[in-house]
Amino acid sequence: MTDAPVIEVTGVSKSYGGVVANENVSLTVPAGGITGLIGPNGSGKTTLFNSIVGYHPIDTGSIKFKGEEISTYRVPQIARLGLLRTFQQTRIYSNMNCIDNMLISIPHRRTGFRDMFKDRADKPTLEEVDRLLDFVGLYEKRRLISGDLSFGQQKLLEFAMALMNKPEVLLLDEPTAGINPTLINGLIDRLRRANEELGITLFVIEHNMRVIMNMAQTIYCLAHGQLLAHGTPDEVQNDQRVIDAYLGAH
Amino acid sequence: MEKFNPKLHLPILVFGLAAPFVVPGLTIQVAVLWVMVLFALTWDVMGGQMGYNSLGNIFFFGAGMYICAIVQIAFITDVGAYTASNGGVRITFTHQEYFMGLICGIIAAAIGSALIAAALGWTVFGLRGPYFAIGTLGIALAAGELMGTWEWVGGGGGISMPVYPGSADGKAYLFYFLCFAAAVGTYLFCSWLYSTRFGLAINAIRDDEQKAEAMGVHTLRYKTIAWAVSAFFLGISGALFGNITGFIEPLEVAFPTVTFGIFMVAMSLLGGKGTLWGPVLGAFLFHFLKEFTWTYFLGWQWVALGVLIIVNVVFFQQGIMGWLMEKFPEKFGIVVEKKEAAE
Repeated sequence: MTDAPVIEVTGVSKSYGGVVANENVSLTVPAGGITGLIGPNGSGKTTLFNSIVGYHPIDTGSIKFKGEEISTYRVPQIARLGLLRTFQQTRIYSNMNCIDNMLISIPHRRTGFRDMFKDRADKPTLEEVDRLLDFVGLYEKRRLISGDLSFGQQKLLEFAMALMNKPEVLLLDEPTAGINPTLINGLIDRLRRANEELGITLFVIEHNMRVIMNMAQTIYCLAHGQLLAHGTPDEVQNDQRVIDAYLGAH
Repeated sequence: MEKFNPKLHLPILVFGLAAPFVVPGLTIQVAVLWVMVLFALTWDVMGGQMGYNSLGNIFFFGAGMYICAIVQIAFITDVGAYTASNGGVRITFTHQEYFMGLICGIIAAAIGSALIAAALGWTVFGLRGPYFAIGTLGIALAAGELMGTWEWVGGGGGISMPVYPGSADGKAYLFYFLCFAAAVGTYLFCSWLYSTRFGLAINAIRDDEQKAEAMGVHTLRYKTIAWAVSAFFLGISGALFGNITGFIEPLEVAFPTVTFGIFMVAMSLLGGKGTLWGPVLGAFLFHFLKEFTWTYFLGWQWVALGVLIIVNVVFFQQGIMGWLMEKFPEKFGIVVEKKEAAE
């Protein structure tokens, strides 16, 4: 991990009509690390993720990715820069098999007109698909229709698809939600390895305190759309404001 | 791309090549079958493979028909003067004039329709789900009405197409084989297209467009090209069909939204949308049933087609190919594959 921020959010506010979802939020995500984002339901975590990846325009503030202002960019443009997200409700291409899900997840950063009509995959790409499906434990199910997989397996597939895209930063929205404890441990291990071995910066929304406190080096806590506290896991866990607003309710 | 399968492809090829000689009385009916195959395949590029259920694809059929007619006529005379005569002036085309006009007309119909689709795509692809379906239907309906008011192309009175400079049988054979070639060409192109990254991308758009965008897929680019591909082949079919009928008018022949416009959807659903063979199978079954009821149950033909469509959409939504994939997944490669077995 380096101290250089890969994402810089400065003074971001976002309202839906009269509801203030984010108010003057500022945070940085250091390159190569794992950063957590916690907070009670409705505190604006997913709204902030949506703002970062371009799902809706922000009202005020600035969002930079590697120093480049991206707050006016659209979703695919931001994805092609190497800033990717997964969804709270797992989203895969449910009528396609796992291999095809992976093949369409290759990076589209320099896709020209002719690239659109190339063969689905060359040998190295297929080997990469096999390797990543093996990495998440789905190799044997690679020819099954992805919508027929269990919820946990779909989460793992979505994670493998994100890795296939070779992102620099991956925003994970509650990666362990709805997954049984056995799979959670496997997922944590794979997230760590993606961070350490592939150098992917992770920015993670998570309600499972055991997971996020063990994984992240820095944690931000939102409440009522505002940044409540940030620091190391220990600092955040012992912050009275965080205990009152969030952890105390656990 | 699908490899040549003698058991599957050969009977169809033999049927296609032999039909006008074996059953010469049905040449035009079988020619229309190939147009139906083309309809179903091109609709499925959008509706089945990409999840954009267009009800207005028939617009490109009509656009191709008019573009071809204009080019054919413009080859030797003034279009306005020709259409103003309402067929009263019979112009005799030489073979060279006719065939040069026809070839250029078909090419112009294909390219022109594709370009119109690309231009329209920038506006209608902001619509999703039922709004897209109704929006595209609106385009087709409006086109029929607008063409009916455009006197230069004959208005509501339509256009009498240039007369084929040969025998009636010769004309029937020529357009039969052109329709057959157009259907085979469309099939081969779709088969290739679905074997490329393009096929994957439009399937991804169908399953979850927002996800595809979040992964960086150039969704608008893919959607626009997919529609242009549909329009390209539909333009060709319109050009051929206009010449087969010999007379085109806007509502019943060029932009028949409630017949051909709906048939193309029904055929694709019947055979199994989102598959290469489903639309082909659906077109064969649908056209056979249509011709059968038109011949033997005249008066009840629409009831029969209506019942077929209702049974299909209520009890059999996956279509024939979809049902086969559910029933025999291993035949379609949907299997758990042990690691050691795969390596």
